[in-house]
Amino acid sequence: MKDQAVLHRDPAWRTRVTWAAIFIVLLYPLLAGAEFKPWLLFDAQSLRAAGMFLLDFLVPATDPEFLAMVLRETWQTVAIATAGLTLALLVAIPATFVITERLSISRLGTGRVHPFAALVRQGLRWILMILRSVPELVWALLFVRIVGLGPTAGVLAIALSYSGMLAKVYAEILESSDAHATDVLLANGSGRLPALLYGALPDSSAELVSYTVYRWECAIRGSAVMGFVGAGGLGQRLDESTKMMAGGEVATMLIMFVLLVAAADLVSKLLRRRLG
Amino acid sequence: MATYRLRGLTVRHLAGSRAPALHALDLTIRAGEQVALIGPSGAGKTTLLSTLACAHRPAEGTLEIFGKDPWQLSGAERHHLRSRLFLAPQAPPLPPRQRVVTAVLAARLPHWSLWQALASLVRPQDPAAAHAALTRFSLGDKLYARVDRLSGGERQRCGLARLLLSNAEALLVDEPISALDPALARHTLATLRQEAQQRGATLVCSLHQVDLAREQFGRLIGLRDGRIVFDAARDDVSDAMIAELYANEQVDMPPETPHDTPGQIAVGACF
Repeated sequence: MKDQAVLHRDPAWRTRVTWAAIFIVLLYPLLAGAEFKPWLLFDAQSLRAAGMFLLDFLVPATDPEFLAMVLRETWQTVAIATAGLTLALLVAIPATFVITERLSISRLGTGRVHPFAALVRQGLRWILMILRSVPELVWALLFVRIVGLGPTAGVLAIALSYSGMLAKVYAEILESSDAHATDVLLANGSGRLPALLYGALPDSSAELVSYTVYRWECAIRGSAVMGFVGAGGLGQRLDESTKMMAGGEVATMLIMFVLLVAAADLVSKLLRRRLG
Repeated sequence: MATYRLRGLTVRHLAGSRAPALHALDLTIRAGEQVALIGPSGAGKTTLLSTLACAHRPAEGTLEIFGKDPWQLSGAERHHLRSRLFLAPQAPPLPPRQRVVTAVLAARLPHWSLWQALASLVRPQDPAAAHAALTRFSLGDKLYARVDRLSGGERQRCGLARLLLSNAEALLVDEPISALDPALARHTLATLRQEAQQRGATLVCSLHQVDLAREQFGRLIGLRDGRIVFDAARDDVSDAMIAELYANEQVDMPPETPHDTPGQIAVGACF
């Protein structure tokens, strides 16, 4: 039995162990650098503070006028997220077509992309990287200065940072799908865009939709954070209530966020079932 | 006019060692001719077909398609030339979640505007033509089925139905009957030949079924280790030539230490 195991030694085993060890060695300093000290959560003072917060949160505010305001602001938050994501898609979809290497016609038969095409692709990748590496909160702060307080700043901030993320991930989803169908369509003389639509899209569409809906959910949460810097929506009210120490109001608004995220989850599930 | 003229054509693998896959081939295929490519696995049949489809750039020698060297043309002209050739690979290039009608109509993409391509995704542009093509491979009832509901043999014929809808002048078919039973295989080859004949297109077809190749095709090209062993009319190909083509094709016995794998494979296996 033991001899068998030695004879059929898995050639990948040593590499896997080595990589796991390397990851642990690399990750430990990261944890230390992030001052990750979970035990601080459990000392007496922290527990007392947490208890007081929780007591205050236990009774969500339910007075009708406040609820109407919350619903109005929720609607605005959804509108900010949706408008921002739509603008982001207007940039991200064309950018995806450009940066997806799978769609290169010059690559056909040579295995090498034409230098000019490679340059354009890399240039656009850098632009997208800059767009998404600036946090949406920073974009929001910038736009609040330019267009003033209110939802417009939130919409523009989401549009800019999300277009970078969406295009990158869309291109990666398309490139990780099976290349055979797309390659054969290109080899038979079809254009780049039709080859994508008929070759790669059928198998990637569920994943693309699920990622888009997840990004919409992120945009809802993001617009809450941006509300803190005056970019409108539920987040701005959340900021006010937190500053007034109105625990009940904060609880009501947090419940609203949970409901929104649950709704996004449901939409994603339904769409995936349709496309699966 | 010759559809293909190859002079001293050497083709290398695109990735890895860049070892030659085809060595100095000389070959002329006239317009409308029907040729079977035979030879053992790894002889270079698939590489030759994709070279003929302008999907693989040769390293040396001259290649002329319809009297022009495709790799001297501009990128756009070369891509237009590709729409006059049709390559049907051995593995049917059909996305599993696509409907059969869409997969078959994809043959029209080179001739459609982007708008037509988009519209056809929503509402198929010419379902009657797709149905007619599928019917010739007895798949008419699968028109609106999804590709992943088809069996292996049905998928293979569905890929060939796409060929019927292209209006290419050269049909390059890689092992079209590898997943079909003998009766269906003969019928499928006959359909391909009939189609090529009707539109006056050149047909180059790689086959592993030597008997069927000798029965159906007038000209046979024997390929082995990237070289043409014989290129002759059906009546001039003897059993001895076939035997020699496949001779010494012994399958390697399993080595003594079966898992002595190179390091590179170990890394690949890791991910």
